[in-house]
Amino acid sequence: MPAYFLKRILAVIPVMGVVAVFVFLLLRLTPGDPAAIIAGDMATPEQLAKIRAALGLNEPLLTQFFSWIGTVLKGDLGTSLISGTPVTTLIGQRLEPTLSLAIMTAILAVVIAVPLGVLAAWKHQSWVDNLVMSMSVLGFSVPVFVIGYVLVQIFALELRWLPVQGYRSWTQGFWPFLQRAILPAFTLASIYVALIARMTRASLLTVLGEDYIRTARAKGLGEIIVLFRHALRNAAVPILTVIGTGFALLISGVVVTESVFNIPGLGRLTVDAILARDYPVIQGLILTTSGVYVLINLVIDLSYSALDPRIRY
Amino acid sequence: MTATTKNLPESAAKPGATPGLDAATASTPAAAVTPAARLSLHNSLGGLRRMKAAPAISAFVVIALILMAIFAPLLAPHDPLAMTPAMRLKPSSDMYLLGTDAFGRDILSRIIYGARVSLTIGLGVAIVSILIGLPLGLLSGFFKTLDAILMRVMDGLMAIPSVLLAIAVVAVSGASMWSLIIAITIPEIPRVVRLVRSVVLSAREELYVEAAISLGSSLPRILRRHLVPNTIAPLIVQGTYICASAILTEAILSFLGAGIGTEIPSWGNIISEGRMYFQLKPSLIYWPGLVLSACVLAVNLLGDTARDMLDPKMKQRGGH
Repeated sequence: MPAYFLKRILAVIPVMGVVAVFVFLLLRLTPGDPAAIIAGDMATPEQLAKIRAALGLNEPLLTQFFSWIGTVLKGDLGTSLISGTPVTTLIGQRLEPTLSLAIMTAILAVVIAVPLGVLAAWKHQSWVDNLVMSMSVLGFSVPVFVIGYVLVQIFALELRWLPVQGYRSWTQGFWPFLQRAILPAFTLASIYVALIARMTRASLLTVLGEDYIRTARAKGLGEIIVLFRHALRNAAVPILTVIGTGFALLISGVVVTESVFNIPGLGRLTVDAILARDYPVIQGLILTTSGVYVLINLVIDLSYSALDPRIRY
Repeated sequence: MTATTKNLPESAAKPGATPGLDAATASTPAAAVTPAARLSLHNSLGGLRRMKAAPAISAFVVIALILMAIFAPLLAPHDPLAMTPAMRLKPSSDMYLLGTDAFGRDILSRIIYGARVSLTIGLGVAIVSILIGLPLGLLSGFFKTLDAILMRVMDGLMAIPSVLLAIAVVAVSGASMWSLIIAITIPEIPRVVRLVRSVVLSAREELYVEAAISLGSSLPRILRRHLVPNTIAPLIVQGTYICASAILTEAILSFLGAGIGTEIPSWGNIISEGRMYFQLKPSLIYWPGLVLSACVLAVNLLGDTARDMLDPKMKQRGGH
């Protein structure tokens, strides 16, 4: 087991390596002068020279890569071309809204989706099942921003229960935070719920056909216990997997949701960075989010053996 | 073991582990399925499809949208670019069926023309990602060393959230139809490579492939005659899902301002422009949003239909 753990942890290195190479090459291999791409059409030769120097574009490619990766490994993601602030500082400043939104969304999604999936599998091929699965297909197909605006329209503009947009840190009080975070969280949860509910249902359906479930029912256990304690536990691995891989969807959704609700998080930072062609910031954001994604999936992978003792390595 | 959980389709070999499922898979590995559950799998994509009408309706919607895109100049009641300042943000009327936007442009005409961008990108991404992914997957299934390298690269690509990846590509290459297709294709490639690879890995165990090898068929011949035909059905299904996801991604990029310029209307950039006036005139977002959602939904449902028709077995390979 420790050998597997070690191997699995080391396997993160090539993945992050590929991400780093990709992010690095993206700007360099694009036809045209990278400095000109960053600076835009209005740049003066002095500005171009400054950007070249800042990115080390005058060095050979390999030298550039190793010196860049060296600084990245030291925790330095470069500085913003626009504000001159270190990228890590920028990310740090914007981390809190995104993190609280993501955590709230994940909790919300699991709390909604798992029972729905269980219900759909239990009442298989009934109207409940049909409804859950139809909603799940809708969740995949309706874009996040459309869902966001519909929710704003209903709960903020028509009913006036909640503010239209904005963000308040939970350090300024939990209620103002919740008021502003609840709609974004539901918006963001839409795809995630669709994904998790579908997987819960599919995974549970395979388990529900097994003999030990019949045994459990035959010995008179209540349906709730059969479903949640016996079936769900054995169906947990694919569900957990999809929660991990779905995190990538969550990040994509965060960028959109933060724009809809005007939340000053990492998503907004990304959009601002694209519009300003602030390449070091985009680079840093991709590296950070991919790193978090890989880390979450690592933890999930490692937790399989805890969830399902049959999995041994 | 493999590097990220995206790898689960291979790690299905884990003793006792529930066979893994791809990111968006709702299907369950057929191998471990009881007859009752198998019947249910047939319907795993849900109620909408269970009504027999769903495939017909979705086919109708898709064909209608394709015709709308092709014949946009004939169908659009107005020039989608013509600005009429006197007619800003007007509600629906006989002249402007869905009203006008902040520049006095006809929304209906813009939506009709918008179908061109979305469908071109959806189709373009599906085709390009298969053209790139198919050969990579075939080779990966056959050469162990290449496989090891290629799979690590795919892991890396899959670790980058697709919208961020596409945004970064557009940010450096500028937004044009082609750069958008490339930008959205890159994150889709791993899905194709993995699918083709898994088909090859299982097909090469088959007797007829073994026979072909012992008869001395060349590798290109084996690939062409025996393996590629096996990939066609799953690729049609996967291609449909990729098309739907590409249409969504394009809309997201446009919405964020990283898409195609507003001189070419797309559903995403109509919505993006409508954001400013949402409180004043929410239909600026709802109409294009509705058409966009209907389009993605219809394409997704077509994918489900194709999956059921072409090969019930493919569910185990993690189609959608």
